[in-house]
Amino acid sequence: MAVEKEKLQWMYKNMLTIRNFEEKVAELFAAGKCYGFVHLYVGEEAVATGVCANLRKEDYITSTHRGHGHLISKGGDLKLMMAELFGRRTGYCKGKGGSMHIADVELGILGANGIVGGGFPIAVGAGFTAKYKGTDHVVACFFGDGASNQGTFHEALNMASIWKLPVIFVNENNLYGISLSQKKSMNVPDVAARAAAYNIPGLVVDGNDVLAVYEAVQEAVKRARSGEGPTLIECKTYRYRGHFEGDPTVYRSDEEVEEWRKKDPIPRFEATLSQMGIMTEEQMEKIRLEVSEMIEEAVKFAEESPWPSPEEVLEDVYA
Amino acid sequence: MRKLTIRAAINEALRQEMRRDPNVYVIGEDVGIFGGCFGVTAGLIDEFGPERVVDTPITESAIVGNSLGAAATGLRPVAEIMFMDFVGVTMDQIFNQAAKMRYMFGGKAKIPMVIRMACGAGGSAAAQHSQSLEAWFMHVPGLKVVAPSTAYDAKGLLISSIRDDNPVIFVEHKFIYDIEGEVPEEIYTVPLGKADVKREGDDVTVVATMAMVYKALEAAEELAKEGISVEVVDPRTLQPLDNETIINSVKKTHKVVVVHEAVKFAGPGAEIAAMIAEEAFDYLDAPVKRVGAPFTPVPFSPVLEQAYIPSTEKIIAAIKEVVA
Ligand SMILES: Cc1ncc(C[n+]2csc(CCOP(=O)(O)OP(=O)(O)O)c2C)c(N)n1
Ligand SMILES: [Mg+2]
Repeated sequence: MAVEKEKLQWMYKNMLTIRNFEEKVAELFAAGKCYGFVHLYVGEEAVATGVCANLRKEDYITSTHRGHGHLISKGGDLKLMMAELFGRRTGYCKGKGGSMHIADVELGILGANGIVGGGFPIAVGAGFTAKYKGTDHVVACFFGDGASNQGTFHEALNMASIWKLPVIFVNENNLYGISLSQKKSMNVPDVAARAAAYNIPGLVVDGNDVLAVYEAVQEAVKRARSGEGPTLIECKTYRYRGHFEGDPTVYRSDEEVEEWRKKDPIPRFEATLSQMGIMTEEQMEKIRLEVSEMIEEAVKFAEESPWPSPEEVLEDVYA
Repeated sequence: MRKLTIRAAINEALRQEMRRDPNVYVIGEDVGIFGGCFGVTAGLIDEFGPERVVDTPITESAIVGNSLGAAATGLRPVAEIMFMDFVGVTMDQIFNQAAKMRYMFGGKAKIPMVIRMACGAGGSAAAQHSQSLEAWFMHVPGLKVVAPSTAYDAKGLLISSIRDDNPVIFVEHKFIYDIEGEVPEEIYTVPLGKADVKREGDDVTVVATMAMVYKALEAAEELAKEGISVEVVDPRTLQPLDNETIINSVKKTHKVVVVHEAVKFAGPGAEIAAMIAEEAFDYLDAPVKRVGAPFTPVPFSPVLEQAYIPSTEKIIAAIKEVVA
């Protein structure tokens, strides 16, 4: 597969951006600077990156409670994201939403979601608009292994399938829904197997291999844009941190985490990039520095941003 | 007497009822080894095993529906919906199925089930993890709605709820789980439908629920310094509502403020205020006042959230208005 050099470089930078952003958020959360629940995407960067590398600005995504990586990959502004996590007026949602509700409708980001399974029908609705208006826009619907047990999964996939809607259902199978192992939450080894029930393609890919994700989604996007309907792609991956910040992770072993650390998508992609002769170690180091500067700027922006004023609580309820 | 947190009191109620009756079991997301998102079911799996402390997939509709089916066929499930906000996913099973089954079957079914759920704002958990929706359930004939504020009440009310042959919505405010109170070690019940006077007073009645009971007590303490004597009544059960205790208090004080964290418009206080107006109008010396959240979703930023949650200051201001 020939992927343009710029795209590969973008993928690398994007994965690093997510990783650094999340690690910074963990630090800030521990220091009490951002609030509420934060669910970090560390370890799963290749999924959002490989998916969104196939999307245009006009395409849509629906995200989840673990949404920072999706947002960054769809072009979300780090400053506005960080300011939102800090609860500031300058944030993406003026401090009203926080981590679980960050959205940028202009970038086609139809919101993170606090309700597991809440995004499926919304994604189908965005696909409905595309079909209704005759555009070739597509929708990527991110969801977890746990989410695929909600009733909305069935309802949405059935609808997308009978109406051939341009939706790519991207399953991020990180093996757990909070403490419950996928082995105990479903009786099939692969979420993708469920695609058969809707007569749509269902694929399993290595979710820690950004190029594998990219390739699978490329095909699905092509299908969707040409009116052939939805695809379900399951990306096998792992979250290195707890379910949320503060989770003692009593339900999994250190050995398991260590096993998955060996499959870390970032060093893996670095090896690929240098093998392919796309980037040297110096070039990568330069990008690392750029990324950490961007993150620092975002933090600075958030820290210096004003708080909302209490009266603003009443605004934005109705149009 | 021994003190327990509300969390531990609920845990003890579950444990003691499970020991007493093999048909009682716990079911929900992450209730097993994880001990529940708020730690309420911690340790139960060690004593009762995974058959009676049942971890489910993320599937609220089936958690409640499964409990309903089990209750209708002889078991006594205690289901946990992690955050009250997630109850939307399962509403049909609650209000069309569980609530109505007995009536629709001409009184021929018994539905001994409890659905526990955590409500309340205060941790910047934002619009889908912070709501107080108890009024939704008060409106549905066939359901009972319990909303404790102390560890003693929580244990006794949960035991009554488990033994009740009707579907009970048991609402727990997540930001009072850590509050301690005296709790007897033995099994006891607090009857459903019985309010409790948490502080006696003569000048004004404050009817407050869950976390707001503490703010009402704080307000009462503050106002005592100014010579205003506040009676604080905690309904404890919202359906059935103990009209009598509330009315008796109104007959004594002639003034009422109703306080809850839920949105004020059509909140639990709307029913309480209307009931007082209907049944004790002649005893009132001032219009009934309500304090509740504004008509907005729960915001994320701590600044906004503090403006959203009814404060002790707002309760004091409302009391001063009615006693003026
Ligand atoms: C309707 C609903 N039920 C439960 C929860 C609590 N909850 C938040 S995230 C989560 C686990 C989700 O698992 P999965 O879909 O696999 O996503 P992951 O967290 O692993 O990325 C649960 C149970 C919720 N937010 N919404
Ligand atoms: Mg998962």
